[in-house]
Amino acid sequence: MLSDQDRIFTNLYGLHSPGLDAAKKRGAWDGTKFLLEMGRDWIIEEMKASGLRGRGGAGFPTGLKWSFMPKKSDGRPHYLVVNADESEPGTCKDREIMRHDPHLLIEGCLLASFAMGAHACYVYIRGEYVAEKHALQKAVDEAYEARLVGQDNLHGYPFDIYVHHGAGAYICGEETALIESLEGKKGMPRLKPPFPANMGLYGCPTTVNNVESIAVAGTILRRGGAWFAGLGGKNNTGSKLFCVSGHVNKPCNVEEELGITFRELVDKYCGGMRGGWDNLLCSIPGGSSVPLVPAEQIIDAKMDFDTLRGLGSGLGTAAVIVLDKSTDIVEAITRISYFYKHESCGQCTPCREGTGWMWRVLTRMAKGRAQKREIDMLFEVTKQIEGHTICALGDAAAWPVQGLIKHFRPEIEKRIDRYTANPHTDPVPMAAE
Amino acid sequence: MANRRLAPAAEQPESFAFTPENAAWVKGQIAKYPEGRQASAVIPLLWRAQEQNGGWLPQKAIEAVAAELGMPAIRVLEVATFYTMFALEPVGRYWIQVCGTVPCDSCGARELKDMLHERLGPSGHVDPTGTFSWLEVECLGACCNAPMVQINQDYYEDLTPELLGKLMDDLAAGRPVKVGSQIDRNASEPLGGPNTLTDPTLYDGSRVGAWRKRFEEARKDEAAGQDEATSSEQQAATNPKPARPDAGRPVETAASDAPAQRAAAGEAPVKSGDKAEASETEHSTAGKSEAPASQPTAIKDLEPAGAEAGAQSSLPRDVPPPQPIASGEEEASEPAPDAESPKLPKGRARPKPANKPERT
Repeated sequence: MLSDQDRIFTNLYGLHSPGLDAAKKRGAWDGTKFLLEMGRDWIIEEMKASGLRGRGGAGFPTGLKWSFMPKKSDGRPHYLVVNADESEPGTCKDREIMRHDPHLLIEGCLLASFAMGAHACYVYIRGEYVAEKHALQKAVDEAYEARLVGQDNLHGYPFDIYVHHGAGAYICGEETALIESLEGKKGMPRLKPPFPANMGLYGCPTTVNNVESIAVAGTILRRGGAWFAGLGGKNNTGSKLFCVSGHVNKPCNVEEELGITFRELVDKYCGGMRGGWDNLLCSIPGGSSVPLVPAEQIIDAKMDFDTLRGLGSGLGTAAVIVLDKSTDIVEAITRISYFYKHESCGQCTPCREGTGWMWRVLTRMAKGRAQKREIDMLFEVTKQIEGHTICALGDAAAWPVQGLIKHFRPEIEKRIDRYTANPHTDPVPMAAE
Repeated sequence: MANRRLAPAAEQPESFAFTPENAAWVKGQIAKYPEGRQASAVIPLLWRAQEQNGGWLPQKAIEAVAAELGMPAIRVLEVATFYTMFALEPVGRYWIQVCGTVPCDSCGARELKDMLHERLGPSGHVDPTGTFSWLEVECLGACCNAPMVQINQDYYEDLTPELLGKLMDDLAAGRPVKVGSQIDRNASEPLGGPNTLTDPTLYDGSRVGAWRKRFEEARKDEAAGQDEATSSEQQAATNPKPARPDAGRPVETAASDAPAQRAAAGEAPVKSGDKAEASETEHSTAGKSEAPASQPTAIKDLEPAGAEAGAQSSLPRDVPPPQPIASGEEEASEPAPDAESPKLPKGRARPKPANKPERT
């Protein structure tokens, strides 16, 4: 169990003030100037040494991402964009950072911007987080007031931070869609290359990072990459905010080391499984985009990137959705399918058409009004969507369905059998709609 | 994708203009973005227009925003219809958005929807008094506090149909309500209080600056390391160790002839050019004999193909670059190519002929 001394987000539950003075007492803005004076290369090396993998879902090493930015400006300004468009179902961690520990984020923005030669940073908050936007804006104002940021600040590095907010589009969590949205367009992802590090916001070198990845930077630099790398396991280092939701006794957010087992996570922090461990049906361990993992596989699995990938799923944003045996799993996945149908931006045909098609077929399957061969057809369609779109939303829509078919095919077949066992006047429709 | 259209003409107001307050706010928003990039402010402006217009966005407001930002109206319309938080049709004074995605769905959002359906009718319609309208929306990002709703701008979490009903009664009657969790719970802590973050030293400021120890220690180590280096250098110069241990006999030469010692004595080091000039080539054995000379040549010719394979480009591109292999292993498996090439020192990286494809 991670000791309190090693927790980065010490005001996770908002039991203390998010204001500047309290944040300073908790260790934010402590020696930031000293860290900046250590130099750009040192910061990036230290981040690399920490082994921090991006906390937004993809798990790309943050230090490496920072090092992709051009070393010298070719005349274009550099930008840091913080992705606070937290909309992955199950994820509610960035919200806690922004409303309870905003100064860790702002300090991280300064450090990251310095490491990348950026003098301006935009924090893109999802539109629904109105209170969080106000909380963060308040903290930004405090930081300007105390001359911690701004053109003429105490750190001697001109730096401006702006809070920008979106208007409710899941797709804007994709980095290029976020950039498009920030430029005042529809949030439709761009083709890569060119990568944002070469051509991002306003055609300038840009790095897009998740809130949590940026907010941990200050503490990592202070305590050292080696300290962070000492937590968790190899290639899955550090601590991470887990958002446990669903059928546990006490759903909550908690910071823990990567590599904690699922059982430990639920027992220690969430008051155990609702109805005992025998009642666990499955878990979606990384936000709705990753395939579900059935109970017997997840129960003692380590919650880290590589273990969950080995189970055919992923850690994603560490949004652990726990489902017990009262769940209608086909309907639950149908609901996820509906989510992707709703959130597809409509740019790529496989995703625009496929997400709706999958949802319609699954809706029938949930009631048993389908043919068994349609299960294979559905699986085949998910394969046609996966990897054939500009961004990963197509993949994210396909994976949960694949996970359902892989682990709960008998359940779907049982429903079809149950439906066809009774006489019905309307013919069972086929998937060619 | 959601199918979103503007409200019918009958419901559209005839004009829209930002209030002076909002107009000033708009200027401030535009200033956040670089010169010529004012289009970035389109979402905040539309948002403010929606707020000013009682929670929904009429066509005239879209046009006003377009004029404000110097954008074609169609671009702003495009944005307004793309983002689902812009309500294009009138909403109730309290607009209830119920999160219906899986974490909430599995924790009772269906009961909330049923209750709202019963009380207010189908979603997307304003109730006759104009007080409420409701809509099922996708994940609102408060999953640890499921199920929850957003009413206008505020989140109400940990709901049951009864709690939501009471909340609506209070709102309709103008009574104060509590934003956030509707049960005895702070933010997303586990119910009954967290069992973490209980260490008081996290909050009393005693940890501030503690991390600097690491840098101070590193600096001390560095300094200590430097001292050692300087002292050993100095020792070599002023108090050199004897060249060989004395065997009890009187020593003829005092000590070794170390470069540091000479430098300390003020002697200029001999340059290699001077050395070459001073040497007598005629009497030298170097360069006369054929056999030893050929070996360096052979190594020099062969080296780029192996050890420096990355730097040379004469190899065909479709052939994998030759890999240096330890000579011991090579001798065991492939004795043939060794016959002609000169023997290289054992353990040295040895190139393979360039035209021979690598084993796979």
